[in-house]
This record gives sequence, C-alpha cells and structure tokens, in this order.
Amino acid sequence: MTFIGKDLKVVGTRPIRPDGVDKVTGRANFGADMTVPGMIWGKIKRSPHAHARILRIDAEKALRLPGVKAVVTAADFPNIAAEEAFAGEAIMDFRDLSRNCMARDKALYDGHAVAAVAASTPAIAEAALELIDVEYEVLPFVIDVEKAMAADAPLLHGELFTQGIEPKPTAPSNIAKRINFTKGDIEKGFREADVVIERRYTTRPVHQGYIEPHACVATVAADGQCSIWSSSQGHFMVRQYCAHLLGIDIANIRAAAAEIGGGFGGKTLIYVEPVALALAKKSGHSVKIVMTREEVFRGTGPAAGSVIEVKLGAKKDGRLTAAEVTLKYQAGAFPGSPVGPGCMCALAMYDVPNANVTGYDVVCNRPKVAAYRAPGAPNASWGVESCLDELALALGLDPLSLREKNAAKDGVKAVHGPTWQNIGYAETLAAAKAHPHWRAPLGAGQGRGIASGFWFNIGGESTASVHVNEDGTVVVATGSPDIGGSRVSMAMMVAEVLGVAVERVRPIVADTSSIGYTFLTGGSRVTFATGMAATEAASRVVDELKKRAAVIWEISPEAVEWRDGMAYPAGQNAGAFEPLPLAEIAFRSARTGGPISAEAAINAQGPGAGFGTHICDVEVDKETGAVKILRYTAIQDVGRAIHPAYVEGQLQGGVTQGVGWALNEEYIYDKDGRLENPGFLDYRIPVASDLPMIDAVLVEVPNPRHPFGVRGVGEVPIIPPTAAVANAIYRAAGVRLRDLPMSPPKVLAAIDEEKG
Amino acid sequence: MSGLSFIAPKTVEEAVRALAAGDGLTKCLAGGTDLLVQLRSGRARPEVIVDMKRIPGLIGISEREDRFIIGAATPGAMISECGPLCRAWPGITEAVDLIGSQQIQGRASLGGNLCNASPAADSVPAVIAARATCVVVGPEGRREVPVEAIVTGPGQTSLRKGELILEFHVPKPRPHQADAYLRFIPRTEMDIAVVGCAVNVTLGDKGVCRDARVVLGAVAPTAVIVTEAAEALVGHWLDEETLGRLDAAARRASKPITDKRGTIEYRIKVAGVLARRAAAIAFKRAGEC
Repeated sequence: MTFIGKDLKVVGTRPIRPDGVDKVTGRANFGADMTVPGMIWGKIKRSPHAHARILRIDAEKALRLPGVKAVVTAADFPNIAAEEAFAGEAIMDFRDLSRNCMARDKALYDGHAVAAVAASTPAIAEAALELIDVEYEVLPFVIDVEKAMAADAPLLHGELFTQGIEPKPTAPSNIAKRINFTKGDIEKGFREADVVIERRYTTRPVHQGYIEPHACVATVAADGQCSIWSSSQGHFMVRQYCAHLLGIDIANIRAAAAEIGGGFGGKTLIYVEPVALALAKKSGHSVKIVMTREEVFRGTGPAAGSVIEVKLGAKKDGRLTAAEVTLKYQAGAFPGSPVGPGCMCALAMYDVPNANVTGYDVVCNRPKVAAYRAPGAPNASWGVESCLDELALALGLDPLSLREKNAAKDGVKAVHGPTWQNIGYAETLAAAKAHPHWRAPLGAGQGRGIASGFWFNIGGESTASVHVNEDGTVVVATGSPDIGGSRVSMAMMVAEVLGVAVERVRPIVADTSSIGYTFLTGGSRVTFATGMAATEAASRVVDELKKRAAVIWEISPEAVEWRDGMAYPAGQNAGAFEPLPLAEIAFRSARTGGPISAEAAINAQGPGAGFGTHICDVEVDKETGAVKILRYTAIQDVGRAIHPAYVEGQLQGGVTQGVGWALNEEYIYDKDGRLENPGFLDYRIPVASDLPMIDAVLVEVPNPRHPFGVRGVGEVPIIPPTAAVANAIYRAAGVRLRDLPMSPPKVLAAIDEEKG
Repeated sequence: MSGLSFIAPKTVEEAVRALAAGDGLTKCLAGGTDLLVQLRSGRARPEVIVDMKRIPGLIGISEREDRFIIGAATPGAMISECGPLCRAWPGITEAVDLIGSQQIQGRASLGGNLCNASPAADSVPAVIAARATCVVVGPEGRREVPVEAIVTGPGQTSLRKGELILEFHVPKPRPHQADAYLRFIPRTEMDIAVVGCAVNVTLGDKGVCRDARVVLGAVAPTAVIVTEAAEALVGHWLDEETLGRLDAAARRASKPITDKRGTIEYRIKVAGVLARRAAAIAFKRAGEC
C-alpha cells in the first residue's frame, strides 16, 4: 500500500494542531503540573565536587526534621551489573545509568546526585538537604578531553579498559572505546592529491536547552503497583529503565507521558523517575520531583564537547582523493558519547575513494552526555564542513560546486559501509544553487557561508490503534510522546487513509498499559515509524469498514471500494446501492459485528537518510567581534512533508539550536571543576531577536519504504549551522574560527591577530 | 522553617520604621526582578521584605521647571513610555529599555537597579551622566545625594540602616545638551552588560563640546565617571583625533575583572569602542536640539 504519487487531500496541508489550544491557554499538563492526593516532594542532594569518593552519608539529622518522610541513597537501589541496552542512537549501560541517577562510591561530577529526600513541602525538603551530611574524599579531576586521554590523567573508573584495541590493554584508561572505519588506500589517496588541507577544530559541550526541566510524580501502591507521570521522550523507556534499575516487573509499572516542553534527545534517559519511585516506596507517599534549572545544567546530559582533526586531499578540479578524520568526544562521567554516529556521519555525504576515520569515546568529570539532536553529527560536520570550505578556498573553487563534485549519490558506497539508495543530497545542493539567496548581493563587512549535513534517521518498534467511534469520529492512539507535533501528523495520515476530515480524528498518546510497546521518540522516527503503524491500523479499519458495508448490502467484501470516506459497491454491483459514509457504518456497527477498531504493532524498517544544505549570511562587527545572522536558508530533503508547517518548524528549530552552538553556548567551569553558568542568563541560547526569519525550503524525494514517502526531518537541521556560520564569518571578516563557540571575544581576538 | 515577614507600608515613616527595626537582613522590594531571583536561588535569605510600591510617590514621574522627578519604584516601562523624558534624555530611557525583557520592564525600577548595586546595571551610567541625584530618607531625615554616591561596591551601598531611596531628581537638559547609552552583550537582548557606556554632552558654538560626562559600567566595582574622557571631549569637535583620545581615556579608566561574562582584555577594548560610538550619538543629538 502506497500513497506516494497519489493525489492527497489531507497530507501536505496545514491544519491547526490538536494540542494547540491547551498549550496557548496554559491548560496543557506538563511534567510539573500533575498533583495527586497525599503527594509529598522530593529533592536531590548533589555533589559539590567534580570527583570525590563518598566516605559516609549521614541522614539522621535530616530524618529528625519534622515533615521529612524518607531519605534514599545508593544503598536503597539494587547494585546492578553491567548490561548494555540499545537506547535509540547510542548504547547505554544500566549499571552506569543507575550510578548516574544516584552516585555509588564516587561522585563523578559537580552536580552528581548523592542522596534524595522526600518531605511534606518543597521548603522542608530543601532544608533537609542541608542536614544530610556527606563526607567526601576529594579526588583529582579532569574536564578536558585530551587531558583525560593522557597517560597520567586521573582515572574515573578503575575497571574501564579501552575497547577496540588489540591486544586488550592491561591498564585502565579514560578512553572507553576506539572506533575505526577505513575505505581504500589512504596513503595512496593523499599521494594522488594536488592539495592537502589539515586542520584541527574543537567544540564545547552544549546543553539541549529544553525549556521544561525534568519532572515526575511517582506512586507505589501497597500491592507494589507503581505509576509514573513524567516528561520524557518515551514513557515505555521510563517504564523499562525504572523496572531494571529498581528490580520491578514491567507489568507492575504504568507510565504515562506528560506534555513535554522540549527534549531534543536529552529526555531519552531518566534522572528523577527512579529516585521518586524509591522515595515513594520508602515513604508510602506519592512523590513529586521537579528539577530546578540549575539542576538541569549541573546534573543532566549535555552534548559531547570534542576535538575534530580533519585532513582532506583533492585534485585541482576539486575531486576528493582522500579524507582522514580523528574524533575525540567527551562522554562525561560514563562511557557512551555519540562518537560512533559522529564517525559514521563525518564523511557520509561524500564520495571519497580513500578514507580513514578514527573515534575515541573518553570519560571525564562532567555530567554524562545525553543524546542531542543528531548526536555526534554536528561535531563531526563542524570539522569536515569547515575544512571543505578551507579546501575550496585553497583550490579557488566555489564551495557549492566543490560539494556538487563530491556529493554522495545513489549507488555510492559510504565510508561507514552502506551503499546509498534513494537519497536526495544532490537535490538539496541543486535547490541551494537555484535559490535567490545564493546569488543575492552582499554589503561591506558581510559574508555568505554554506554547509551540509547528514543524519541516518531510525525506524523501530511502534504500536498504533485506530478506533471508530459510534458517531463516526475516530481516535488514533499511539505510544509515542509528541515532542514535535507528531499527534497532528498521525491524525492526518489516518484521516487520509480513511478519507475523512482531519478534525474528525482525535490523536492521543496512550499510557504504557493502554497500548503496545513503542520505542521512544528519538532518531526522527515517529512520523516515519509510528506513522507507518497508524497508516497500517487505519488501512485495517478500512478493510473492516468495507466488510461491514458488504454485510449491510449482503455482497462480498471484495465487491466494496473505499474512497472519500465512503463505501461504494464496485464491479458488478456498481451503482446498485447508495454509498455508505463512515459515520453510517459506525452507527450500525453493533448490528454488523461490533466495535470497529484495529491495531498495528510493527518494527518499521527503511527510514530514509536525511540530507540538508544551509546558506547563511552574516555581518561581523570588527570592533566588538559580534556576529549578526542576516539571512538564513535551510534546504532539506524531507521525503514527504505530512504537515509542512511542522516540518518547517523542525528546520527552523534545528537551525536556531545550531546557531546557539555556533555563537555563544558553552559551559564555563571554575578551577575546581564546578559549573559557573548553570542558568539561561549566562548559558546563552539564542533569543528570538538574535535570528532573522529562517527560510525553510522543503525538497521532497520520497522514501519508498514509507506509505507516504516520509523521511525523518528533526535532526539534520542542527548539523550544518556551525560550519555555515564559520564559513560566512571567514568571508565577512577574513578570519577562520576553528574553536566553538565563535563568541565575540574570540572573533575579536582573531580579527586583531589578523591585523597584526 | 525560618520565618520571612512581608511588610507593605503605606507611608514613608512606616517604611523607615520597618527597615530600621530588627537585627536580621531586611530587603527592600521594588519590582523584585533581582530580589525574587536571589530568594529563589538562596543567594539572599532576608528575614523581612519591605515592599516599596504602596508608598506615595514611589511610583510615578513628575516634572518641575528644572527637573524630572522619578519615583524610585517606577517600573521601567513607565519610564521608557514617558514622552517628555524620552525627548529630554533618550540615553536614560533607552538604557532602561535595555534591561531584561518587556516583562521585566513591567516591574524593574531605577531604585532597584541602583540598590542591587551590580557594576553592570544598565540604567545607572546614564543617570549619573545626567548628574541626577537621589532623595534618601531614613531615621535621621531626608538627604539629597548624587546618584554616584550610592553604590560603593558590588552589592554594597552607602545607604544606612533604615534608609530608602524615595525618588530620583534628573535635571532637565540645557540647550544643545543630549545623552546616549550603549552596552555590549553577546546576544541582542535578555543579557547583562559586558560593558556599558553613557555619554552626556553639551555643545556650544559651532558644535564644540562645552561640557561632558562619560560614565562606564561593568568595567570596575561600580559605575565609573571617566573625567579624563570628558576632558578629551571638552573644547573639541568630535573628530578622529578627539575620538582617539576618548577611546584611550575610556580604556585607561577600565579596571575590569575576567569572569564568565568577559575577559579583562576584551572589556577594555570594548569600553573604548562604546565610548566612541555613544559619543557620536550624543553629539549628533546635541547638535539637533
């Protein structure tokens, strides 16, 4: 069943979002909005040290404070063994996750949870935190990735031996893993090159910056039945991880998805939920935990900071002959940086005959990194897309033409393995070249940069059910928390299949006990995979509706056609009966076989790879180093835009976050390894006035593996901005910035150095 | 839990009594845009909060022949929407308009901005450059002091126990007198000045500067009146040479620290740049009025 190439009535339109009214009137229930009778408040005590052994935790004074109901430490959690789990776009280990939620033996970063208290009011809980006495032995710490790799670096984990090196190392190290991909003959490739450019680029950790802090309410009933309400990217993930960390059967946890105020990958793992459950179990009360913004910054996952070394070789005509890339990524306190995807994305966009990519996953005394929108790719592409620009300048070639010359196309075998099929990278370059922005004149002190980005996108397990109500309205229930407008897309796909107006379809996110397993919302998978499940469930409903019409007409179901929301008699019966609208069939369902509904539980395969190309104009104030984004165009192959406004919103949001990464976002640590800017005042995400309206251009090369041709769209747009901005700055001010963020002091220093 | 009392006096006398009573930390509340943040983060733990906003005269702007009188708790939005004040002192009203966001400006006040005693306060340099004064009341009565006498260091003021600022008196501009304020922030709004600079000039015949005040913010423990910068302007047109001397004087007067908002080197350079740019605006305005 495919709708690709067909004339569609709903898909491709821009209906009002079904969750919109609640959100603009403040009625929507986010993580912190849930209240249950008898609920008490949990607060988490956090390490003030970047690295310290926990010698003793004494909660006696806290427990004596009136109103305090329970204190938990690592001793209240099972000490679980190492066990890897697939976490969407990264590998996650349950032992590490447990120790990240509550430090055991050692605190590994400033802000690491070491104890938690539950009390009848937030103020009492806050006061009780100060009464919990923790004795530490402060240890030497390491924050910087290359210092953490050094032989004499303080070790975070005595039992960590570098994977991916033969023979297996005999001494522990902060390097958790070494990854390597090769293609062709790298030495030969560089020998053939007319020009070789070798550069080093660096990035700082950046936070996902979701506006809603982590929040949950957990209840443990007397019979052990648990319920969790929380803001996450996957309530099935919350259920699974909590069950594992606390030794609870999955059937005994019911998790519900709150409305989510942003996640961007940072809510694909848990922080507060297991702590609230442990406090609820110990106290006998429902427990609510709401992080402060400071806790979000100190205790939850940033994206990895990194060092990216790039060496590119090319012929005079611009044809790449060789590429060598080395990536060193900070994992934070536990292994699992996205260096793997970084290595795969580094050269994925290009047809390079000879390549060598090496990655290092390095632990250091910072919060454990979490996924952040195309995890790993912005770092790698920051290096490669900047270096390509330097190569274009060295060759005297137009940077767009250089990319066209080397762009991966169908049939090309990528450095990381797969052979490309049905990809639209070249189409985005063609669209960039044809866009008026590419040829628009620039003023003095202004410059234009271009950069591209690639992301895999994923599929995976999803369940959707479609119920036809008695009055002919429809409910589509899925297990995917809606972080980017997926509900409206589900309703639109179902409406298209059923042939009804989208307003007749109410999309909901069902809790973990009300719908089949659904993998978390991440990897740009939901409109693709859950949308595929919803489409399939709706198709089954159509089959059922045809059967019911056949019963009413007393003809064979094969002789019924479904179009425009109505059953028509077909073939030899054509015209024999008046068509039956969906509402009529629904009204008569009790007499034709009972309720009409269908569920589809699938493991969606074939997510289409996503490619994008961005054009950015900047103006540089040469006296202050301030960079102003004048114009920005984001072009992307989106497969098929179900709701184009949402897709444009994804592109604009990704660009905004990428520009934050480019210009101002960074963690500032003091000499003791404590975070100095845990708030939005001094951790500078872009504000609305920092950006012009971002022009989103949707290129549609359909993904044949999806009934409507959908590709994931949410992650690609964060990848190109850093290099697009740097490339534009070079052309505006004549200085090449290779260290993010390109904040005014750094830009000014570069300009002054250039002046000499 | 420790008690926190909240008092909202309706007279100056009542306010002074409330501020003078008790040994613990007592804080004045105007718009609360700094205090509430400090309370929430635990940086300030007062025992008593005294709300200024119900005291007659604390909110509102009035005009006398020679001056504007701005109540110390008057929200920024009222100041930047006050036509006569905007025409007289665009530097002051633009400085107020830079503070925080539109929502913040619905609350934040001149008195709060001054008494919070941040070296980076946006409204302070322009108000000092206009040679404004504050009316301070306390247990020992009423005194009028120059604005620059209030802040003594980061978070520190010269106000004595029981004292509060009632109002600001801003003299009206003379003919060909005008001001300007510029600040540098890494973003376009919602930020704290890395450097701020107010320039207030009076021009004489043929556009030669007769009188000037240059005040820098965020480059020292308090806002700094840069006498040498004013001297660089007085007696001159704003030509390249004058601008060069102004820039150098502003840089010499800057004694910043390196912190999460900027480095010493960067702040010094930008102080010179902003002095030049603010002077250019102030001279242009003075020439047109």
